[in-house]
Amino acid sequence: MSSTTKAPTLRDWLLTEDPASRRQAAWGRRFRMWRDFQANPLAMAGLIMAVLLFAACLAAPLLATWDPSAQDLENRLAIPSWAHWFGTDELGRDVYSRVLYGGRVTLGMVVAVVLAAAPLGLAVGCIAGYFGGWADRALMRVTDIFLAFPRLILALAFVAAIKPGITSTVAAIALTAWPPYARLARAETLTIRRTDFIAAVRLTGASSWRIILRHVAPLCLGSLIVRVTLDMSSIILTAAALGFLGMGAQPPSPEWGAMIATARRFILEQWWVPTIPGIAIFVASLAFNLLGDGLRDVLDPKQNS
Amino acid sequence: MSDAGAVAIPRRPRRRAWLGPLASTLISVVITLFGLVLVTFLIGRVMPIDPTIAIVGDHAPPDVIAQVRLDLGLDRPLVVQFAIYVEKLLHGDLGRSVMTSNTVVDDIGHFFPATIELATVAILIATLIGVPLGVYAAVRQGSRTDHAVRVFCLAGQSIPIFLLALLSLLIFYATLGWAPGTGRQDVIFEGEVPFVTGFLTIDALLDRDWDALYDALAHLAQPAGVLAYFSMAYITRMTRAFMLDALRGEYVITARAKGLSAARVIWRHAFGNIAVRLITVLALTYAGLLEGAVVTETVFSWPGLGQYLTVSLLNADMNAVLGATLMIGLSYLALNLLADGLYHVLDPRSR
Repeated sequence: MSSTTKAPTLRDWLLTEDPASRRQAAWGRRFRMWRDFQANPLAMAGLIMAVLLFAACLAAPLLATWDPSAQDLENRLAIPSWAHWFGTDELGRDVYSRVLYGGRVTLGMVVAVVLAAAPLGLAVGCIAGYFGGWADRALMRVTDIFLAFPRLILALAFVAAIKPGITSTVAAIALTAWPPYARLARAETLTIRRTDFIAAVRLTGASSWRIILRHVAPLCLGSLIVRVTLDMSSIILTAAALGFLGMGAQPPSPEWGAMIATARRFILEQWWVPTIPGIAIFVASLAFNLLGDGLRDVLDPKQNS
Repeated sequence: MSDAGAVAIPRRPRRRAWLGPLASTLISVVITLFGLVLVTFLIGRVMPIDPTIAIVGDHAPPDVIAQVRLDLGLDRPLVVQFAIYVEKLLHGDLGRSVMTSNTVVDDIGHFFPATIELATVAILIATLIGVPLGVYAAVRQGSRTDHAVRVFCLAGQSIPIFLLALLSLLIFYATLGWAPGTGRQDVIFEGEVPFVTGFLTIDALLDRDWDALYDALAHLAQPAGVLAYFSMAYITRMTRAFMLDALRGEYVITARAKGLSAARVIWRHAFGNIAVRLITVLALTYAGLLEGAVVTETVFSWPGLGQYLTVSLLNADMNAVLGATLMIGLSYLALNLLADGLYHVLDPRSR
């Protein structure tokens, strides 16, 4: 509005009131969301923590000061020092390096669970919601059955049935994670499918599958992303609890829950040995909770409870 | 609707009015129950442990193993096995635990009260602290207190419960010496209190054994406190959200305009309106506590169903694992139903 004419910056291009193209409008909307998100310090803290965590775990070979499986029985259960930043465990292994490598296991499991459960939940929910009738009733019944078990209990029984380990932990948690996503996607689909633009798309002759894939599912993504981010914290906690109970990743692996399980007997004397991986779990889980909270405010204001 | 079929929007089928809401709830409960039983049954069948070897041991002669397999019906088709499983279940037969050599039903009767006692005390603590905290945060929305409460809750949702339990042992038991150690009672009270209800506090009360009662409460305090923090986060968050919603209501503005005191507006008008929704949240939280109890009991050696489950898992005691899983699933389902039912009964708007 000022009289001085400046060359339009990227910012002006993004924030313009009358975008010239769909692309400009879409990016403008994303930029405004990002500004809202940035204004929330807790959410930004979560984002930064999550990014740092992923970066630290990816760069574990560069950041680790010791080989995570190198034992030094002379130097067991050492207190934190310059040589061993977080001390050493019962076999003299460097806890700092193990926590870094353990993060790869934990975050890898989280990513795998999300990649398996979110598309499944989205597909089931959209199909049930869009077609209604018998498909809806049958799919939602199955969803209800899986929701009828507490997550950890079902995962425990499932892992015990196959074989304790990382793969079965991922499978078990994914199995318990998709039903809430399906419910959410179904609820969104029910409102979307009654809208005029869906009727218009249908009039142009689009098939049901095309409508679901191209028009309904993308609109469910916003609330699904929020839900998945908030859920990542609970996935981390469940995976760690399985490891802690001896049913998840198995001991030589530096998975955080398994590290605590082997070190828990030292809690009264060498308390830092089980506590440090515990803090790692706490930080990771808190990061996703903060991030999810912030995303909800931006992406899904109506769900703000 | 009347024109070309291309516009036919798929519709949700109409509610079967003749069934009524109660009957349709019942049908869905029966189907869910069936699914629950089917899932536990299937988990039991894919287990890599041969149930016959668990009974007769590794070195039994082949003909004995074959006989036991026949007795257990393991040679029959899966559908028949499932039918047998359901029939036994309906007669209250969950098989025998290899570990304790009691029937699983007896074991559950023995261990479950300890879990219920723990979870009940935990939810009491969580409600008594969480609800006022949530109301306070909502009334002071955006204040420093509100932010502090938010961080406190997020921390509660993020901390692994076993870390909290271990740290609590380190601080309150080992360092400060305020709390007794793990377990449900001190060795000297072992077998002192007759088993009536299975709830140690109630049994001690019935027995008028005040020392035993004090001992039981002291042992409860730590695990219940840890579990309470786990659920308090959720209760506080929901209370705050509901209160914020209620405080924006027109009736609250009216009440304020009438000149009612702030306390009366908050507790009587706003809180009165969210109480029903809160009860639903509490029932759901209670169900969630069953899950937290599994981990907490393991750390505190609390002889409840959760510890029974994990010990059976490590010992590959299949009947016990499935029985405990089914029992927890059933309680979870019952509590969810209770939450739904209470909502319908207490809130006239939902009818």
